[in-house]
Amino acid sequence: MSYHSRVDRRWATRRAANPEYEPYHPKWHRKRVPIFWWLERPAYTKFITRELTSLAVGYAAVLLMVQVWVMARGPGAYERFLAILASPAIVTFHAVVFLFLLFHSVTWLNLAPQALVVRLGGRRVADRVVLAGHYVAWLVATAVVAAYLLWGVP
Amino acid sequence: MWALFSSGGMLAALVLPALTFVLWFGIPLGWIAAPSYEALVAEIGHPVAKLVLLGVVTLSLFHWGHRFRYTLYDGLQLSHLYGMIATVCYGGAATLSLLAAWVLWTFP
Repeated sequence: MSYHSRVDRRWATRRAANPEYEPYHPKWHRKRVPIFWWLERPAYTKFITRELTSLAVGYAAVLLMVQVWVMARGPGAYERFLAILASPAIVTFHAVVFLFLLFHSVTWLNLAPQALVVRLGGRRVADRVVLAGHYVAWLVATAVVAAYLLWGVP
Repeated sequence: MWALFSSGGMLAALVLPALTFVLWFGIPLGWIAAPSYEALVAEIGHPVAKLVLLGVVTLSLFHWGHRFRYTLYDGLQLSHLYGMIATVCYGGAATLSLLAAWVLWTFP
């Protein structure tokens, strides 16, 4: 039997014996936090912006799949999709999404030295080196993706 | 879940800016000499490219699911909706991942 059902049964027996019986309910002291707490300080706002980058990441994943799906419908559908992508409203929206994606990349890679301790020959590799390694990886990945999209496999 | 979140975060950090820059701005706005429709279909249709895309998309979706879940808990103080939010976030990521697998599988 669980702790809670045992306590409930004990209260029930006591209440049956004495209707006045009230179990002791402490009232926890909790400060009410306003719903916009994250606007109070720049550091909080930065934190919540970083958290919201996940929306941009999810959106990018979905739109990439939509684009692949549209391409499967033939060149006409693809042309129309490109026209939509080039409309000013969508370009503006995508510029914002793109900034969020960049913010995700930068904040994510900046945390890498804290998340990953690299040891070489029994000694810890300095944080700056791990950080630089991640930025080099970003550069290489960007170059590979762009080159593949633009020229394919030579 | 944390492993999916962190590998998704890393992959998204490394490749999403490049992918989206080329596909959302470079090609539609004519900033770069865009590959033809046939060339792009061949590039995306390559089995290795499909596999990489599936990995990027699936892990990005789970990255979103995991992080957004905690954004809702903390940012909007919705911790009392614990079960529902988790179901919507992870369920959404799983459903969209299956759709992505189908889109890539049926791609010419």
